Amino acid sequence: MKQTVKISDGKTFDVVVTLITVVIILIVLYPLIFVVSASLSDPARVINGEMFLWPVGFTLDAYAEIFKNSEIWTGYRNTIFYTVFGTIINIGLTTLAAYPLSRRDLPGRNVFMFLITFTMFFHGGLIPTYLIVQDLGMVDTIWAMVIPNAIATYNLIVMRTYFQTSIPWELQEAAMIDGCSNIKLLFKVILPLSKPIMAVMVLFYAVGHWNAFFNALIYLREETLYPLQLILREILLVNQLGGTDAAGQFGMDEKILLGQSIKYALVVVASVPVLIVYPFVQKHFVKGVMIGSIKG
Amino acid sequence: MSVTNSGLKEKKVTHRNKVLTKRQKMMKRLFMRFDLYLMLLIPIAWYAIFQYGPMYGLQIAFKDFNPAFGFAGSEWVGLENFERFFSSYYFERLLWNTFSISILSLLIAFPIPIFLALLINEIRSTTLKKTLQNVTYVPHFISVVVIVGMLDLFLDPNGGFINIILSSIGVEPIPFMEKPEWFKTIFIGSNIWQTMGWQSIIYVASLAGIDPQLYEAAKMDGASRLQRIMHVSLPGILPVIVIMLILDIGQFMNVGFEKILLMQNNLNLESSDVIQTFVYRNGILNGDYSYSAAIGLFNSLINFSLLILVNHYARKKAETSLW
Repeated sequence: MKQTVKISDGKTFDVVVTLITVVIILIVLYPLIFVVSASLSDPARVINGEMFLWPVGFTLDAYAEIFKNSEIWTGYRNTIFYTVFGTIINIGLTTLAAYPLSRRDLPGRNVFMFLITFTMFFHGGLIPTYLIVQDLGMVDTIWAMVIPNAIATYNLIVMRTYFQTSIPWELQEAAMIDGCSNIKLLFKVILPLSKPIMAVMVLFYAVGHWNAFFNALIYLREETLYPLQLILREILLVNQLGGTDAAGQFGMDEKILLGQSIKYALVVVASVPVLIVYPFVQKHFVKGVMIGSIKG
Repeated sequence: MSVTNSGLKEKKVTHRNKVLTKRQKMMKRLFMRFDLYLMLLIPIAWYAIFQYGPMYGLQIAFKDFNPAFGFAGSEWVGLENFERFFSSYYFERLLWNTFSISILSLLIAFPIPIFLALLINEIRSTTLKKTLQNVTYVPHFISVVVIVGMLDLFLDPNGGFINIILSSIGVEPIPFMEKPEWFKTIFIGSNIWQTMGWQSIIYVASLAGIDPQLYEAAKMDGASRLQRIMHVSLPGILPVIVIMLILDIGQFMNVGFEKILLMQNNLNLESSDVIQTFVYRNGILNGDYSYSAAIGLFNSLINFSLLILVNHYARKKAETSLW
């Protein structure tokens, strides 16, 4: 008897849980759907508040304007380049550091680990870093976009933890007894066994590059080097507050309305590549966070 | 006598041999792994230049930095830069904004992913659970520039949908992004929207690690589901909560300033100007390097001290800590 009472008691609880869940899903999804719909709608009707969920007065004008704009294309091309090139450097350097540091027989590895972990909690800060990058002659070059952030210490620790916990030490010892050099060991034994963590790392780094704007903001002056996020910042934020109309960018001062819907379309165009990849890699991302959490 | 003497000699010889072999072994160990050090070479050089280089460069906080003389060659000025900052007109405002945004974030934004994880843990339908998780992860992948662009569009007094809703219930349109009094709400609110899902992952993972027998036992004792959350789930993930709290407090003064920088304009500066954005404006835009480096150091030192303090406290009270 008591059991059944308890189960029905849990039922009200379940209803509340489901209700909250649905509300949260709606809160997160609504702005996203709104942006997509607004980018496809007649801007005058969006501003009048006629659009709630689905597009009204369907039009692709905003997208047509974006595809005509050469700045956005340059930004896109630059971002793809920084993402690919930067991620290759990231993965290379992170692996080169993570593997030796995962080896329990490396003399002095605790010293190295301490020096590396320490940088997570204390760093020189913006100004000295900027001055060093400037001193190295990287300002206004593509190097400023890929070298100062070549290693993310958190990712390094995640990768090292994976090497330590997921690849049997006996396997490495056996390979060494067979006369395998450390470099060969890394390429022939470790890396083939580390595909899951490599996928996670590629994704972490690549998303970071795709979405980054701050390094570009401080290190790049030359507009032809600007990544997409910096172009977006100019169109979405700076022009509006600066008082010059966003539409001026597109050479049609009267069409402020179109300017508004171009902004919605830009949000979509900038986010779509990441969001398209997202469903395929979502499991890996989650895995990466969890591997990281093992170490705390 | 002689016998013992020769015996001693022998001992000495063998001892020396042992020393040699030990040293040889050590050399051999190092030599066997020289390629490991070779691999480490580039990453270590990178850490030296881009992490420890700036720490070395922090000395300009106590100097009058002149680019022509470099970090080491510039003239010492003692604490002049710090004194200038502490007596600056902006000091109080910057400190207040940085502190209040950080404390509000810890109070409001920090518990929400925990709540979300507990919620996810209670959902019985797998489909609903997966939907909630996948939907709430999505905003994590949107860039800050786009997020702030969206805020600008939604909160626009002319036709942003929030203002359309307000006007439909008879409220005058509010230019939210230009109002200092709205800045913190918008900043923290949109942060929650963007990060709650992603940050809940770690709690969900640690909830999955709780022994199901504990729930069974609590159920047998007649605990309701809410009671089971309070007495089994929450204590179960407490260590993870403490670790996340320590990590967050270690970033106390940084307050996600990249996003603040994007949301900042002349009209809301009064409540949106934080230490880091001030450093950016004075250092990068105006080239006042030593002064800005001093402010940056002040910022880092507070972060670091807080981290050590909280870690120490957590180790004593909660028996959980980073080190």
